[in-house]
Amino acid sequence: MSTSFLGSVLTVCAFLVFIGIVIWAFSSRRKKDFDEAARAPFALDEKDESSRDEKFGNKS
Amino acid sequence: MMATNVEFFNYKVVRQFAVMAVIWGIVGLLVGVIVALQLMWPVFNFDLPWLTYGRLRPLHTNAIIFAFGGCALFATSYYIVQRTCQTKLFAPALATFTFWGWNLVIVLAAVSLPLGWTTGKEYAELEWPIDLLIAVVWVAYAIVFFGTLAIRRTKHIYVANWFYGAFIIAIAILHIFNSFEVPATLTKSYSLYAGVQDAMVQWWYGHNAVGFFLTAAFLGMMYYFVPKQARRPIYSYRLSVVHFWALIFTYMWAGPHHLHYTALPDWAQSLGMLFSVILLAPSWGGMINGIMTLSGAWYKLRTDPILKFMVVALSFYGMSTFEGPMMSVKTINALSHYTDWTVGHTHSGALGWVGFITIGSLYYLIPRLFGQTKMWSTSLINTHFWIATIGIVLYVAALWVAGIMQGLMWRAVNDDGTLTYTFVESVKYSFPFYAIRLVGGGMYFVGMLLMFYNVIKTIGAGKPVEAEVPATTPAHA
Repeated sequence: MSTSFLGSVLTVCAFLVFIGIVIWAFSSRRKKDFDEAARAPFALDEKDESSRDEKFGNKS
Repeated sequence: MMATNVEFFNYKVVRQFAVMAVIWGIVGLLVGVIVALQLMWPVFNFDLPWLTYGRLRPLHTNAIIFAFGGCALFATSYYIVQRTCQTKLFAPALATFTFWGWNLVIVLAAVSLPLGWTTGKEYAELEWPIDLLIAVVWVAYAIVFFGTLAIRRTKHIYVANWFYGAFIIAIAILHIFNSFEVPATLTKSYSLYAGVQDAMVQWWYGHNAVGFFLTAAFLGMMYYFVPKQARRPIYSYRLSVVHFWALIFTYMWAGPHHLHYTALPDWAQSLGMLFSVILLAPSWGGMINGIMTLSGAWYKLRTDPILKFMVVALSFYGMSTFEGPMMSVKTINALSHYTDWTVGHTHSGALGWVGFITIGSLYYLIPRLFGQTKMWSTSLINTHFWIATIGIVLYVAALWVAGIMQGLMWRAVNDDGTLTYTFVESVKYSFPFYAIRLVGGGMYFVGMLLMFYNVIKTIGAGKPVEAEVPATTPAHA
C-alpha cells in the first residue's frame, strides 16, 4: 500500500470523525450536560454579580 | 471538605502576567509607531544599526505577539482554569517559574533582536539559546495547565480550557519542529531544513502561530470573558464544541497560502488555499456564537465600554477571517501578496481582534485581582475605546488603499511588455497612506497609555486579593 493511499484513507477517517463529533454535539441527549457546562463560568459567587441577568438562575 | 481547610486561588501569578501584558503592550506599540515613522522618514533610525527597520520590525512583532499577547494568555488561562475547575493551580512554583522565565525570554528578545542576532525566520527570529528557554518554559506551562485540569473539582472541562489546551499543545509542537537548527556559535544557528522544505516548515509554523496563538487561545479568552461581562452563558455550547473541533481539524493545513507562486509544489499551494477557504465556516461560527451571546442584552452596549471592546473585537475577528480566506485564493493573492494589504490584514486581526478582546478581558480581570469590581474610571475606558477604534479604522483603511494601489502598479505593463511603473514610484505614492497609518497606530498607542493610567489608579485604590476556593463536593458542581 502506498503512502499516498494511506494519506487518503486517513483524510477520509478524519472527516468521518468530525461528522461524528457534529452529530454527537447536536444530539438531544447532550443538551442537559452542555447546559450545565455553559453555566460553569457562573458557578462561583462574585460580590458584584448579585444582580444576575434574569434569564438564568444563580447556581451555587 | 471542612470549612477550616480553606484554600485560595493563585491570583499572584495572574496579577503579575496581567500587569506585564499592559506594560509590554505599550512597549510593542511604541516600537510599532517608531517603525511606521521610519517607513515615512528613514532618518528616524538615527543612523544607528540597532535602530534600523530590519531589526526593530521583528522586535515589534515579537513584543506584540509573545510579550503582550503571551502575558495576557498566561494571565487569563491561569485565571480561567482555576475558576472553571474550582481548584487552585497545580504546581504553583512552576507557574511562578513560567512568569520569570517568559519575561526573561522577552528581555533577551529585546536585547538580541536590535543586536541583529536572528534566525531570519518570521515570528521565530530568536536564536537557539532563547529557543531552548522557550521550550522549557512552555513545558512548565503545560504541566501547570493540564495538571490543574487533572485536579479539577468539576465534572466538565469548560470550553475555554479546550481552546487554551489546544493552544499550549500546538505551540509546543510548532516551536520544537520549526526550531530544529544547528548552532554555529552562541548567537548564530542554521535551520536543519533546506530550500523549499524550510519555507514549508516555516509557514506551517507561521500560520499556525496565527491559528493557535492568535486565534484559538484568544477564543478561549472570548468564551469566558464575553459571557462573564454580558452576564449570560454562551449562546450555543454545542456550537462552541463544533467550532473547536472544526478549527483543530482545518487550521494545520492552511500554511502554504503564504507561499503562493513560489517553488512550493502547485498541489500544496492549492491544498493550502482550499483549507484556508474552508476555515471561513468555523471562524464565522465562533464569531456568531460570541456576538449572539448578547442577544436580548444589546442595551448593555450603551453603558458598558468593556462589552463594546469585546463586540468590536468579534466584529474584527469576523472581518479578518473573511479577508484572510479571500486573500488566500491564488488569483487574489497575486494582487495582494508582498503589498501593504497583507500588513493591513494582519493589523485588523492583531489590533482589532487580539488587541480588543485582550483589552476588554483585562478591564474585567484587573479590578477583580485587586479586590474591586470595576476599573477606576469607566469613562476613561470609553475614551480608550473610541480612540483605539478610530485608530484601527484609519490604519486598516489606509493600508487597503495603499496595498491595492501597490499591487496594481506592480503588475501594470505597457503595450511593449515593459513595466509601467518603477518600484520607487509605488513607494512615493504610498507616502500619504503611511502618514494615515502612523496617525491610526499612534491613536491606538495613546489609548493604551490611557489604559495604563487607569490600571495604575485601579491598583492604587485596591489591594491584591486571593479569592477563596469554595468548599464543594468533588464533581457534579
